[in-house]
Amino acid sequence: MEIPAIVGAGLIVIGAGMGIGKIGSSAMEAIARQPEATGKIQTAMLIAAALIEGIGFAALFAV
Amino acid sequence: MLRTIYAFLITVFLNIPTAIFADNHQEPAHQKDSTITHNEAHEHEAAEAHHDAHGAHAEHGELDLKARIKADIKHHLQDSYDFHLFSYTGSDGKEHHVGFPLPVILIDGGLHIFMSSAFRHGEKVVESKGNYYILHHNKIYKTDAKGTIEYDEHHHVLNPKPLDFSITKNVFMIIVIMSIIFIMFKNMASSYQKNGGLPTGIGRFLEPIILFIRDDIAIPNIGEKHYKRYMSYLLTVFFFVWVVNLFGLTPLGVNITNNIAVTFCLAILTYLITTFTANKYYWKHIFWMPGVPAPMKVVLAPIELLGTFIKPFSLMIRLYANITAGHIVLMSILGLMFVFANWIGSSLSFILAFVLSILELLVAALQAYIFTMLSALYFGTAVEEHHDDHH
Amino acid sequence: MEKLISEFSIGLFFWQTVLFVGLIFLLRKFAWKPILNAVNEREEKIQQALKAAEEAEKKMQALNNESEALLKHAREERDQILKEARETKEAIISEAKTKAVAEAEKIIAQARETINNEKMAAITELKNQVAVLSIEIAEKILKEQLSGNDKQKAIIDNLLKEVNLN
Repeated sequence: MEIPAIVGAGLIVIGAGMGIGKIGSSAMEAIARQPEATGKIQTAMLIAAALIEGIGFAALFAV
Repeated sequence: MLRTIYAFLITVFLNIPTAIFADNHQEPAHQKDSTITHNEAHEHEAAEAHHDAHGAHAEHGELDLKARIKADIKHHLQDSYDFHLFSYTGSDGKEHHVGFPLPVILIDGGLHIFMSSAFRHGEKVVESKGNYYILHHNKIYKTDAKGTIEYDEHHHVLNPKPLDFSITKNVFMIIVIMSIIFIMFKNMASSYQKNGGLPTGIGRFLEPIILFIRDDIAIPNIGEKHYKRYMSYLLTVFFFVWVVNLFGLTPLGVNITNNIAVTFCLAILTYLITTFTANKYYWKHIFWMPGVPAPMKVVLAPIELLGTFIKPFSLMIRLYANITAGHIVLMSILGLMFVFANWIGSSLSFILAFVLSILELLVAALQAYIFTMLSALYFGTAVEEHHDDHH
Repeated sequence: MEKLISEFSIGLFFWQTVLFVGLIFLLRKFAWKPILNAVNEREEKIQQALKAAEEAEKKMQALNNESEALLKHAREERDQILKEARETKEAIISEAKTKAVAEAEKIIAQARETINNEKMAAITELKNQVAVLSIEIAEKILKEQLSGNDKQKAIIDNLLKEVNLN
């Protein structure tokens, strides 16, 4: 009963991790392309990452 | 800035001896009141393991140490009714604890106020205005004169809990930290008058942060027109969360933001401010999304409404989980130092703990920043003036 | 989730809410408003000072331009005066030269006239002397030739012969 929930949470965490990784890599590419927009990109990146992180935590605490 | 970081690092590492050995005699098991029934074999309760550990002190050394570390981590994360500063082993071989009791305030058919020292760390049943209370695993339960505690089959305590408004360690530290913040900023504000519009002392360090919150968080997210209304909340929440997180890294062993009640309070304030300052466009976007066909509007309304609750919920969970996870990891690695108990392993875990402490310093500021940033973002959506055609 | 709910402490929530809301209002009154006002004031002051500096610079620039123009004018005037002075000097010098030349010529002419006059006088005197000398010589010669009767008769004869011939 416990194990499927843990596995599910693990899957969600993997997904969230990949998502945040994608955001980070895209943000870095964007910064490399437009260094003058670094501030805006960082803000947007943090917000997006924070939202995904929220899902990850929700999954962890739902177990 | 650098000096502050060094100061905190030093305090963090002064913490090592006390953090591991501190306060693990909260419940002297071998002298426990005989009427309290225990399920000795229960393994889910770390505190139980800790209790077991004391029972079997000499027999299995390593198990004992691991259990003690586990219990310590759990204890570190918990709130408590007295303020424990440090422990030491005296010349007589006994452990002495240095700290002070805090007032317990219960509402249970009347107001009950007494000092937490009356519990004697759970050994004694406290009688107050005809009611009996006992401290069990750091929680106060209502009991009878003998201090009976009843369990169900899952080892959950069945005794009722009184409504508890005690000044616990966390409440005490909240008061202390808020006083520090208040005095700091009040002095900073008056230094502007004295020095002709320029801050002195710590104000020189704090002013750029205030300006950062104004120029990089509030104005871009909320807009020039409305940001002034939210500045007080944003600044207060940022400095409160930051200072509280930093205090969590000191040897005082307080971690206020890893209480869900505290982060819930902050999140609900963000939610309430968003809701009560929102303009009609905000509500229109939630209940009758412009620019989509009518059936979609019906479908979107509950989703959008749910979204308004999920936003503060994620704020609450994020702060709580980040700080809790950070503390657990840091404490575990500090514990590893004593599990290895050799030069290589212990040095490695010391270095790891050092690096992690620096990371935690970053996380302390980052979480405060993200909380403030997202709050500002939500306020921004609440006061944004949309035109119906876009979106 | 269950763990979270069971961990939730109403007392802590109550105290946190009360204290935090109190802190917001206290800080708002005693810290944030004065600080933000002071910062705003200072920023405005800086803005004004910058503007004033810019204006002052503009004024300075204008003044500079003016003085530059004045200087230029003065320089031109000086050059003009110098030029005029030079011209005057040259004019004076040339006039003086011409005058001197004229004077010299005049003097030379006078000298020449005087010399001529003197020469003429000398010549005249010489002629007079020569005439006087010739008369004296003629007188002497005549005296010599007419000193006897024979000679006087011979001369009369000669003269008569010549008249006879005519």
